[in-house]
Amino acid sequence: MHGKALPYLLLMPATLFLCIFFLYPFALVAFEAVSRDGAFTLDNFRTMAGSWKFPVTVRNTLLLAAIVVPIQLVMALLMASVVSRLETGRSAALYVFAIPLGISDLAAGMIWLAIFDQSGFLNTLLSSLGVVDRPVMFLGYQSKLTIFIAVALAEIWRATAIMMVILVAGMGLIPKEYYEAAEVFGASPWQRFRRITLPLLRPSLQTAIILRVILAFEVFAVVAALGGTNLPVLMGETYNWQFTLQDRNVAAASALLILAISIGFTLFFLRVLRVPKEARI
Amino acid sequence: MAEIAIKGVAKRFGGFTALHQVDLTISDQEFVVLLGASGCGKTTLLRIVAGLERSSQGEVWIGGRRVDHLPPRERGIAMVFQNYAVFPHLTVFENIAFGLRMKKLPQQEVERRVNRTAELMHIEQLLKRYSGQLSGGQRQRVAVARALAMEPDVILMDEPLSNLDALLRLEMRAELKGVLAASKTTTIYVTHDQVEAMSLADRIAVMHQGRIVQAASPVEVYRNPAARFVGSFIGNPPMNFIPAAKAANGSWTVAGLTLSGPKSDKPRIEFAIRPEDVDAGGEGLRATVHVIEPLGPHTLVTCDVEGGLFRAILDSNASVQVGDDLRLAPKPDRIRWFDPETTNAL
Ligand SMILES: Nc1ncnc2c1ncn2[C@@H]1O[C@H](COP(=O)(O)OP(=O)(O)O)[C@@H](O)[C@H]1O
Ligand SMILES: [Mg+2]
Repeated sequence: MHGKALPYLLLMPATLFLCIFFLYPFALVAFEAVSRDGAFTLDNFRTMAGSWKFPVTVRNTLLLAAIVVPIQLVMALLMASVVSRLETGRSAALYVFAIPLGISDLAAGMIWLAIFDQSGFLNTLLSSLGVVDRPVMFLGYQSKLTIFIAVALAEIWRATAIMMVILVAGMGLIPKEYYEAAEVFGASPWQRFRRITLPLLRPSLQTAIILRVILAFEVFAVVAALGGTNLPVLMGETYNWQFTLQDRNVAAASALLILAISIGFTLFFLRVLRVPKEARI
Repeated sequence: MAEIAIKGVAKRFGGFTALHQVDLTISDQEFVVLLGASGCGKTTLLRIVAGLERSSQGEVWIGGRRVDHLPPRERGIAMVFQNYAVFPHLTVFENIAFGLRMKKLPQQEVERRVNRTAELMHIEQLLKRYSGQLSGGQRQRVAVARALAMEPDVILMDEPLSNLDALLRLEMRAELKGVLAASKTTTIYVTHDQVEAMSLADRIAVMHQGRIVQAASPVEVYRNPAARFVGSFIGNPPMNFIPAAKAANGSWTVAGLTLSGPKSDKPRIEFAIRPEDVDAGGEGLRATVHVIEPLGPHTLVTCDVEGGLFRAILDSNASVQVGDDLRLAPKPDRIRWFDPETTNAL
């Protein structure tokens, strides 16, 4: 057998699998999104966009992503820098930070619900400290801001570790000599971070941000657990169209919209954080 | 003015002592080479001077200022790293400008210095390129230019030529010598290559197992090794050593030859001579020829003297044959003696 063909041959089963179980259903969904009763139409998108909830869901989703992702990025960078500098116990620290990764998003939502609930941990703490005399309703329908904050907190708690793990791996690839050279040539710790770590970490930053942004547009279970219908998001609306309103075509259109937004942002970050070939490590 | 004083510096890594009580003073504008085999502690000592490593003990002074507790950037040094450490995400221009930008020099001054050092290192045409587009030799030039652009009091170099191929190394060696002499900096240069050390140094500090065994001019180190190790490490082929037995006070028997030497109470000491410091014929050391290697300008003869290996460099006209019994007469003023216990010169 020709040596060059072997890798492609080995990839064949996975590719076939993807085609059958992903591309084909995807094509079906895409078709459903642009048709009704077998005829081509854009009505599904019009129906989706015409719903009074639509602008709210789009705004909530984008706002959540815009607030959660940058905070997570900064925290992940900070944590990764600290972890990378550890001489002993690095893997122990990584495991601890990575614990939330092992928990499903719904479970994460429920953990934070247990904290913010009317009979939850936070209320118990506050009343035992005498700060409040009766339980506060943090997540009631009239306190949208608190719900938003709770969701953001839960999201940050849940998914910062995934970025951190990627960044720790990336930092491990930067040779120590660059830092020493920067140090000798006068760079302070902050300048070393800005002028060496950040630029050389670009490939990992790219991966981490893209992964996290896509996850942010798919946010669903955490919001459902903490906010119910008080904080509608895109994915929740898709779910509604499919299961509550029983309209698969509009649900498909909504899913396609999420996909389009994800692809758009992926392309954006691929472009913005691109490293020219000659400037790689 | 940047005199460097290393006073009683020691370094331990856990239970392992990489440096024992090193003392070395380097005058302003002097070029000192730290020479020694791999693992003897050269890099560790250089990094302690640079501030990249903390000493376990002792003091480092640069330009009359104690710097042990200062970070590298406050020590007035620049460094050329063994693997160059040319930043991959910056152009050659920005690499050379890196330290100047950290110092917040005005753009005009940055440009002036980058252009001047780039010209000095013959890389003016590479300023827009990235490290990935350079050859090893070009990267080396960028690393040196980046150090020179700082106009530092002290330049530290860790085996800067060891990653270059032989021809390029020769070329860069000569160039470095010229450039550094003109820059009027104090230089500490680390290498394991004795030829490099000889050709560059004002003074060579020979290191062995975490100690400086001798610090002297290249000729002094070659001619008058302070310890047996120096003689056996420097010179290619190295010095020959033969046991000497006491004949009378101040007179010693060496391979059937009686020579006058140091007055010592010891019954046995060691006689030493460089391979080129013997002549064939006349009164001499009894030697049996094993191998003859004509090298052009001279002939390297490996023989057996008193059951030990002995190398002699003879004139290429010398008519020696394998198996010959030779008499090798040592030049009296080139004979050195060592104490076999302390291994120091007598
Ligand atoms: N960070 C370190 N931890 C433990 N041992 C080290 C460390 N750095 C150097 N050493 C040891 O110290 C000795 C001297 O090393 P080094 O200064 O790099 O030698 P050289 O540069 O002369 O080859 C070596 O035996 C090396 O293994
Ligand atoms: Mg070294």
